[in-house]
Amino acid sequence: MAVLIDRKTRLLVQGITGREGTFHAKQAAAYGTTVVGGVTPGKGGTTHEGWPVFNTVADCVKATGADASVIFVPPPGAADAILEAADAGVPLVVCITEGIPVLDMMRVFAAIRGGATRVIGPNCPGLITAGQAKAGIIPGHICKEGRVGIVSKSGTLTYEAIHQLTRLGLGQTTCIGIGGDPLIGTSFIDALTLFAGDAATEAVVMIGEIGGNAEQDAAAWIQKNFKKPVVGFIAGQTAPPGRRMGHAGAIISGSSGTAEEKLSAFERAGIEIMRRPADVVALLEKRLGALSKS
Amino acid sequence: MRATILAREVLMKIHEYQAKAILARYGVPVPQGEVVFDPESAAVAAKNLGGGTVVVKAQIHAGGRGKGGGVKVVKNPDEARDAARKMIGMNLVTYQTGPAGQNVQRVLVEQGLQIARELYLGLVLDRTTERPVLMVSPDGGVEIEKVAEEHPDRIFKAFIHPAIGLSAYQTRQLAFALGLEGAQIGQAGRLMTALFEAFKATDASLIEINPLIVTRDGSLLALDAKMNFDDNALYRHPDIKELRDLAEEDPLEIEASKFSLNYIKLDGTVGCMVNGAGLAMATMDIIKLAGGEPANFLDVGGGANAEQIKNAFRILMADKAVRAVLINIFGGILRCDVLAEGVIAAVKELGVPVPIVIRMEGTNVEKGKQMLRDSGLNFTTADDMNEAAQKVVALGK
Repeated sequence: MAVLIDRKTRLLVQGITGREGTFHAKQAAAYGTTVVGGVTPGKGGTTHEGWPVFNTVADCVKATGADASVIFVPPPGAADAILEAADAGVPLVVCITEGIPVLDMMRVFAAIRGGATRVIGPNCPGLITAGQAKAGIIPGHICKEGRVGIVSKSGTLTYEAIHQLTRLGLGQTTCIGIGGDPLIGTSFIDALTLFAGDAATEAVVMIGEIGGNAEQDAAAWIQKNFKKPVVGFIAGQTAPPGRRMGHAGAIISGSSGTAEEKLSAFERAGIEIMRRPADVVALLEKRLGALSKS
Repeated sequence: MRATILAREVLMKIHEYQAKAILARYGVPVPQGEVVFDPESAAVAAKNLGGGTVVVKAQIHAGGRGKGGGVKVVKNPDEARDAARKMIGMNLVTYQTGPAGQNVQRVLVEQGLQIARELYLGLVLDRTTERPVLMVSPDGGVEIEKVAEEHPDRIFKAFIHPAIGLSAYQTRQLAFALGLEGAQIGQAGRLMTALFEAFKATDASLIEINPLIVTRDGSLLALDAKMNFDDNALYRHPDIKELRDLAEEDPLEIEASKFSLNYIKLDGTVGCMVNGAGLAMATMDIIKLAGGEPANFLDVGGGANAEQIKNAFRILMADKAVRAVLINIFGGILRCDVLAEGVIAAVKELGVPVPIVIRMEGTNVEKGKQMLRDSGLNFTTADDMNEAAQKVVALGK
């Protein structure tokens, strides 16, 4: 078992003929993902690296039965690409694109929230289910099938956690890079909700960053609703103050988004805190060990 | 166009007079004024405004200018000249500039106004509701953070539906909450609507009017204005991009931005080069845990090539405070051999005079390590982040 993506997933790639799209379509296929085709407007009817290319997402879904899309479309067209995938009824849309104007994303979410499409990202590394399938740019070779789910705002820091879990034998179920943009499709709480329902996921590693209050919200939710052990990390504990978003943003959320605030929220929720990424395995083993003894 | 570490929010700032010019185009009433670059022009500007009382305001991006001596009310053109002479060229220190201050190069000369009340108006995007939120407070003219802390009940908000926009009833609610009355209600409504139009049309990430004043004769005016913009949207706003003031930015940060490198100069001695913003922040954290101080934040991005790595190195080493360098790369798309190639080329060409600790992991790591060994250059390698941080801190002592 795993969440969101597995070997049955039929993945389409929006922007498949671009450099990034091509590279990562091949990487995903090499990892075992069923890549069914791609979309590049104007190149419909051609094939690219053996995959059929379509003009529209709707055409691609109709012809291939795709049930997930990964987007490698440049920022000016990326929000539109998400809307197109949602309109075609694709249930899972993973947007890797970095640099989408935030007001574009505001309009996208205003249009699709409450609908049938789940968006991961944007500006994220995507997701991978170890040993099964991936949509995005997380390197497959560092993963190993195992027991721990990962949800993270950061890209390379996720790889770091994956690597530690693989190296010391715990392995992963699904790793979800939710992205670090101000507006994202899938929150920590959304991902944790999925992990709660996944029998294979015994524990979760949650990697956050300074800024905003998503981590605090997730901590409060965990305290009330989540029974599995959680190990948490906050990047930016030593980032200097002053270089930050407008204070007005902090006033709305009622929080300043500092590392201290997030870490104390973790503490209150009983989340094990890693000070260094390398601490992750020891902390997980402690919590999982305690679990198996009880 | 500085990247911010916190919240990864990337934004562009402009000056007060530029913000006022933009807002005025959308119908927000602002005082009459003129920006000048020398004292003589300040006198002329004051004369053009009628020769009476004017306000001379230093134009720097940081807030808190008043307390630092950057805002002066003067009675006539001669005094305006004197005030401008004192301000232009001075290093203005405010709570937002840091101790080094910011050099003042231009001043805004503005009509003097009779102020009856000072209010606050702010517009930002709220992450939780995914909507723009218009915030107002009757307690303008002071730091809004302070109001939020001490009198949160004196801040009023309207969340704006992305499709519907700001509704008239919302502007009325806020206007009444501000204690406005009569014709001012309609005036405030038009002002708020104009503000939101400007926000949408320019891809602003923040607009703050503090204070919004009520003059003695009852009209509303934006006495101060601050606008930040979403860097990601600048591609569709060439006119705003042009307002970038390089004098407000760190020269190394400007240089880094030319190569799409996300660099922020800090005060420590351990230079660091990392791929990914989160890992870069975590690397700074771990340097500090090991007893060192990071000299910078540098994210070379996910898909850097050898040339970018070389430029990153050059920028890193231009900071003379750097006594040792830590390179921490988790190769995903950025392959370790490409990183090694870039680092070796940079060190050969630039002759880096400080110890370099390299920790890399991920795609093609063995090939990369072999290249470093074969280079004949004196690199220290480390297998994990902890070890790397300890080594670089020890070597930089």
